[in-house]
Amino acid sequence: MLGGIIGPVGLVLMAVVLPALAAGVLRGLVRTSVLLTLPIAISALLVNLFFFPGGQQVLLRVGPITATAEGLEFALEILVRIMAISGAITLFYLTTRPQDLVVDLERRGVSARVAFVANASVQTVPAMVERAQQIAAAQRARGLDTEGSVLRRVRGILPIVGPVILGSISEVEERTLALEARGFTRPGSRTLLWWPPDSSSQRITRWGLILALVALVGARVAGRLG
Amino acid sequence: MLTLEGCSYRYAGAAGASLHDVSLTLRDGEVLGVVGRSEAGKSTLCLVASGLAPRTLGGTLGGRVLIDGADTAGRAMHEMASEVAIGFQNPGTQLSGVATTVYEEVAFGPMNLGISRDEVLRRTDASIDALAIRALSQRDPERISGGQQQLVAIAGLLALAPRHVILDEPTAQLDPAGTRLVSDAIERLAAGGASILIVEQKVDLLAGICHRVLAVDEGRITLEGAAAAVLGDPTLHALGVAEPSAVRLRRLGSEAGLSEQAIEGALALATSRVNDA
Repeated sequence: MLGGIIGPVGLVLMAVVLPALAAGVLRGLVRTSVLLTLPIAISALLVNLFFFPGGQQVLLRVGPITATAEGLEFALEILVRIMAISGAITLFYLTTRPQDLVVDLERRGVSARVAFVANASVQTVPAMVERAQQIAAAQRARGLDTEGSVLRRVRGILPIVGPVILGSISEVEERTLALEARGFTRPGSRTLLWWPPDSSSQRITRWGLILALVALVGARVAGRLG
Repeated sequence: MLTLEGCSYRYAGAAGASLHDVSLTLRDGEVLGVVGRSEAGKSTLCLVASGLAPRTLGGTLGGRVLIDGADTAGRAMHEMASEVAIGFQNPGTQLSGVATTVYEEVAFGPMNLGISRDEVLRRTDASIDALAIRALSQRDPERISGGQQQLVAIAGLLALAPRHVILDEPTAQLDPAGTRLVSDAIERLAAGGASILIVEQKVDLLAGICHRVLAVDEGRITLEGAAAAVLGDPTLHALGVAEPSAVRLRRLGSEAGLSEQAIEGALALATSRVNDA
């Protein structure tokens, strides 16, 4: 019954769990992945378990709804696939500094502007959160009520969101001027001060993964993976 | 030498010009101060002199901006960047937003110029030392004080190794110690042959470092001359500019009937106390 999930489980173990264990981030990966996937995992499980079309082997009846073994098998397959996707993404974020990624992309020829936008986007979020906290503290000091009932909290958000967004927009022009004045719009590549190390074992692993991906896609297209 | 010849500038969408027929020459090694009330056109003058207006801001420029006698019209902003650097009042918006350390922030400008890595490192280290911010070099530039950020921003300008530096109220958010660091850096730059145009409300700072000062009002130059003469001009107050401490002390002493000798003695004493502090 569980034959269909052996592949995805093997993939999760090989491509997510073992690398996370080696990187020492397994605990954080499990916690984050579970938090990220729980809502979609629950809905996928319930929908497929109870509403799988054409299920014959009945496991449970709840009024007019029937849970079938075929539905359970498919739901588990979907769950493991979701775990593979969320685990891989979480592993990437837990083991890669955005700055390293951006610098490496730039080193490999990605435009400095694209790299800047990617980097600035990542770094803008904590800056905006901090600004929002400062504005919230300032507004509270002037009597704004941001606690209590849901209605009060919603009402309290507006005087905070407004200044955060308007402040960010008003800074754009001056920031643009400063970037222009520092030669940011010069065409051609920038001088990089450093870049992440790229050992031969990392290169071999990377090419191995690419070849494995091509092989798996090929096998799938050829019908060898069922 | 940076020259403005009959420059007028109107912002895009504005009904009238913010700068009218301004001509000035900024000589190599010279520190030129600019004073004037709020909205007098001082910042617009900086934007025009730096090339940002109209290249980045749009709008309409009349007249010519020349570097060493060559018209800059038609030159791209990135070409101007290694010759004319400009710093603004708000330190937060001058940071690149992508550097994780102060060192990388200072290096951001020279990295854009495509010069060798060794030269980037040399310029970055020299600028960091000039502003005495070595202790901050591994800190996150977004998590230091506004005054420290301003010093980092100025170090970032110096790292471009520009021949002309334009500073629009660079010490507005600095304490006296930070202000002293900036004025020392300006004097060192000028001694090295760079020309500096600095807009400041701190007239004592201008009195200490400027060779010449000009006053701007309603987009026009209304006073221009040696720093001591302009900052001591009795009409300056009507332009919304405070008197430097020394000028004020002399005026009050004179009004109180003190002798010239007594006034100079008091001034010397005050100066030595400030220097000791």
